[in-house]
Amino acid sequence: MTIDIKGGAKDLAGIALFVSLVAIIPLVTDSGVALNFVMMALYAALLSQAWNILGGFGGQFSFGHALFFGTGAYFQAMAQLNMGLNPWVALAIAVAGGSVVGVVVGALSFRYGLKGSYFALVTLAFAEVFRILTLSVPFTGAGVGLMLPLQESFANMQFGSRKGYVYLVLSFVTVALLVTWGLKHSRFGAYLQAIRDNEDSARAIGVNPFNIKLGAIAISGGLMAAGGAFYVQVFQYIDPGIAFGPATSVEALVAAIVGGISTLWGPLLGALVLHVLADITRNMFGQLPGINMVIYGVVLVMIVMFLPRGIGGLGATAKSVWVGVWRKKDGQHE
Amino acid sequence: MIDLGIVFSSVLNGLTTGAVYALIALGLTLIYGVLHIINFAHGASLMLALYAVYVLKQHWGIDPYLALPLVVPGMFALGYALQRLIINRASHGKDENILLVTLGLSIVMENAALLFFKSDTRTIDTAYTLTTIAIGPAMIALPKLVAFAGALLVSGALLLIVGKTDLGRAIRAVAREKQGAKLMGINVDHVYAMSFGIGLSCLGAAACFLLPAYYVNPQVGSGFVLVAFTVVVLGGMGSFGGALVGGLLVGVVESLGGLFLGESLGQIGIFVIFIGVLLFRPQGLFGAKV
Repeated sequence: MTIDIKGGAKDLAGIALFVSLVAIIPLVTDSGVALNFVMMALYAALLSQAWNILGGFGGQFSFGHALFFGTGAYFQAMAQLNMGLNPWVALAIAVAGGSVVGVVVGALSFRYGLKGSYFALVTLAFAEVFRILTLSVPFTGAGVGLMLPLQESFANMQFGSRKGYVYLVLSFVTVALLVTWGLKHSRFGAYLQAIRDNEDSARAIGVNPFNIKLGAIAISGGLMAAGGAFYVQVFQYIDPGIAFGPATSVEALVAAIVGGISTLWGPLLGALVLHVLADITRNMFGQLPGINMVIYGVVLVMIVMFLPRGIGGLGATAKSVWVGVWRKKDGQHE
Repeated sequence: MIDLGIVFSSVLNGLTTGAVYALIALGLTLIYGVLHIINFAHGASLMLALYAVYVLKQHWGIDPYLALPLVVPGMFALGYALQRLIINRASHGKDENILLVTLGLSIVMENAALLFFKSDTRTIDTAYTLTTIAIGPAMIALPKLVAFAGALLVSGALLLIVGKTDLGRAIRAVAREKQGAKLMGINVDHVYAMSFGIGLSCLGAAACFLLPAYYVNPQVGSGFVLVAFTVVVLGGMGSFGGALVGGLLVGVVESLGGLFLGESLGQIGIFVIFIGVLLFRPQGLFGAKV
């Protein structure tokens, strides 16, 4: 893993190119199917980008990222319904809420040195606690969930066509891309990756792992919460199962791993591949419940088995296999 | 003031559920203790076993208790094959990979069940489903008592297998010192797969004991997976005695939580214990310091 603090102009150009290409799509098509596909793929990418910051760059595998997603979704809905706030203000509250929950969970977990499987389990348990709490208290609408009234206008962050939502989620994805770019090319990101690769040696050279990991989980939680807020604005509905159930956690994680973790483009690539796969299966088998997730699971296992660096790392994996073969054949060569 | 009789009966009920939790957790802790991996597909595997018991009863009329000799070896074979053919190959020696692969397996299992059985919650009817037996002031359903006794018996058998047989010795040797065991001529891959198989056969037994008084749907495993992890973490990862005590304890906490806090909020007690133990005592109540 090379950490390039000064460079990164190439990545920035790539981001600019990607964003402008996607921004053209709503201008050239009115097809609801196409726009819906772009919107859902970008939305999945956003969740995966959020996961990738903590799971990829930070190396802290969370199995319960729905915790932040659900927090964002509920804050977005409750700020409007219970406090009468404008959705744009609500969005800021939702993102802040996701970050705060991230910091609290992170402070508890990292304070006691939870890592690896233990961290994965504790995030899962926190998501489950939140699911049960939202099911049990009245101001979250309990099991019935919360419904936003339909009032389409820009000020209300509700759009008549998918086009508005495509631009909304594209702007979130752009922020996430820039944040990830920042991680790749900043001191903070370098520290984070140093901790992931070897926490003890990072500490030895004066990095404070606790603070850095806390920063990562705050950013990751905030972005994930933006995803939750987006969900509420698009579907105008949220309930405890959608918000804190395991499906969202799994989707965010699988897309990042499929595309290639701790890379700038991996989550987007993974989300795109998974959504294309999901569409193909839908065309082949019709709308069968569960078939998509079966495919996700199989893809996850296959990727871990055969492409540990994800699809984005295909080149690198092929190279190392090739070099391995070549070395074996040639004996001494380096 | 809450009637003591109700509390007593709640504790008894908790103990009967807890014994099944202990059995499920024993499988998980065996897999962890030997392979040093967390089997995330444990809950989904239990769900598969429950469906097996359900199908045997509904289509062939085989009583759940008589299904034990079919379901237990079936789950053993599944576990052996999963470990040998998939988990071992995909791990590349990294813990995160195993976590991801078992997560992937659980997603596949749960959603395959959703495809085949739809999301309906299913139960079976047996002659004894509604039979109750009085113990002091408490009435306990007969299937729960059978489950309690059965779970304790199977747990005892498991302890005997691990403690007294050659296979058990090999398992303990591999758990303690893989390289050394290999040098002594033990086939480590085989022992790994055997342990995984035995771990899943505990689930087969648990499913046979559970179903007469319980239900099955594709998501049923996810409820158990966190409970099983709680038990294992509480008892100390890899500790058999810990899993037994932890299981009973969690069963009682859940039952009392339900009594005092209501059905849905009652479960929260388990997760609070889970998070608390993970944070403050990750080695568990009885485990050695990690």
